[in-house]
Amino acid sequence: MEAVAAIPPFERFYEERKDEIFGYLARLLGRDAADDAFQETFLRALRGYGKLEHGRHLRAWAFTIATRVAVDERRKPSASAEPPEIPVDDERPAYAELQHLADQLPPTERAAVVLRYGYDLSYDDIGAALGSSAEAARAAASSGVRRLRRKETS
Amino acid sequence: MTSVPDELDRRFRDAAASAGLLDVAYDYTDSPIGRLLVATSERGLCRISFDPDPERELDWLTTAFGARVLRSARPLDPVRRELDEYFEGGRHEFDLTVDLTPLPHFQREVLEELGRVPYGHVDTYGGLAKRIGKPQAARAVGGALNRNPVPIVVPCHRIVGASGSLTGYAGGLERKETLLGLEGAILAG
Repeated sequence: MEAVAAIPPFERFYEERKDEIFGYLARLLGRDAADDAFQETFLRALRGYGKLEHGRHLRAWAFTIATRVAVDERRKPSASAEPPEIPVDDERPAYAELQHLADQLPPTERAAVVLRYGYDLSYDDIGAALGSSAEAARAAASSGVRRLRRKETS
Repeated sequence: MTSVPDELDRRFRDAAASAGLLDVAYDYTDSPIGRLLVATSERGLCRISFDPDPERELDWLTTAFGARVLRSARPLDPVRRELDEYFEGGRHEFDLTVDLTPLPHFQREVLEELGRVPYGHVDTYGGLAKRIGKPQAARAVGGALNRNPVPIVVPCHRIVGASGSLTGYAGGLERKETLLGLEGAILAG
């Protein structure tokens, strides 16, 4: 038996995470921009993979990298030229209602809202993904949600 | 759930290999003796597996070479080509570099010496033991051959028992017979 926290072969990690990460990037960036961001996310993951000390929290780690790639991508001047497509096959009802509104949030708030309500990540993990504290992640998510409520009612 | 388009998946696997980010690239290839898993490290061909159990192979490759193991077709193109040529009878020597670095010293010594047994010829366990200067070690030589990670290319099928009988083969005697038949090796007895 291998230790639970052993680092799995990259192939296994990639196969387990690729669809979820692709879906996440498509939500954040739209289907077209998601292609490049997907490749960049897993290339970055590979670059870091040899330096991992254990195999814990790999899911959150993958979201962290994807979030940073997406935030970089959205800061590019051309990134907002076309509104992202909305995937229709999402089975998370509460989140699906928010989704079309979340597109209009600033990148950090948007990532916080999507990770919290779309993927059930903890605020610790979201903080790590955003390069901030859990408190800052919670603040970004609730500020995002407040902003969405204002949009909904306005 | 959204799934990654095949084209994008392939593009990433290619990019990962051409960026030099992998410890091992592997793929599958068909051959007359069944589907083979083939793998290459940055130093060379490091695995050919009969009847591969993918999960076990991935774990072994990770332990031996590092965790950055990914299926990627392109780095295996030369291996696939040389194996095809060999099975068509057109290739008698492999130009592939073989990576035996994770193996214990004795096993490497045996496998390197084994590489000198030419196409279409056979030698015995005892003969190979003598050639590495350890005439008493025929049994240990057998063990080293049995765990050969790169069969076919490192030709452990060319080693037979003292009586000329096929004795054993990790991939099964039928495969050993097929390979020796392909090479036109003449077996005594």
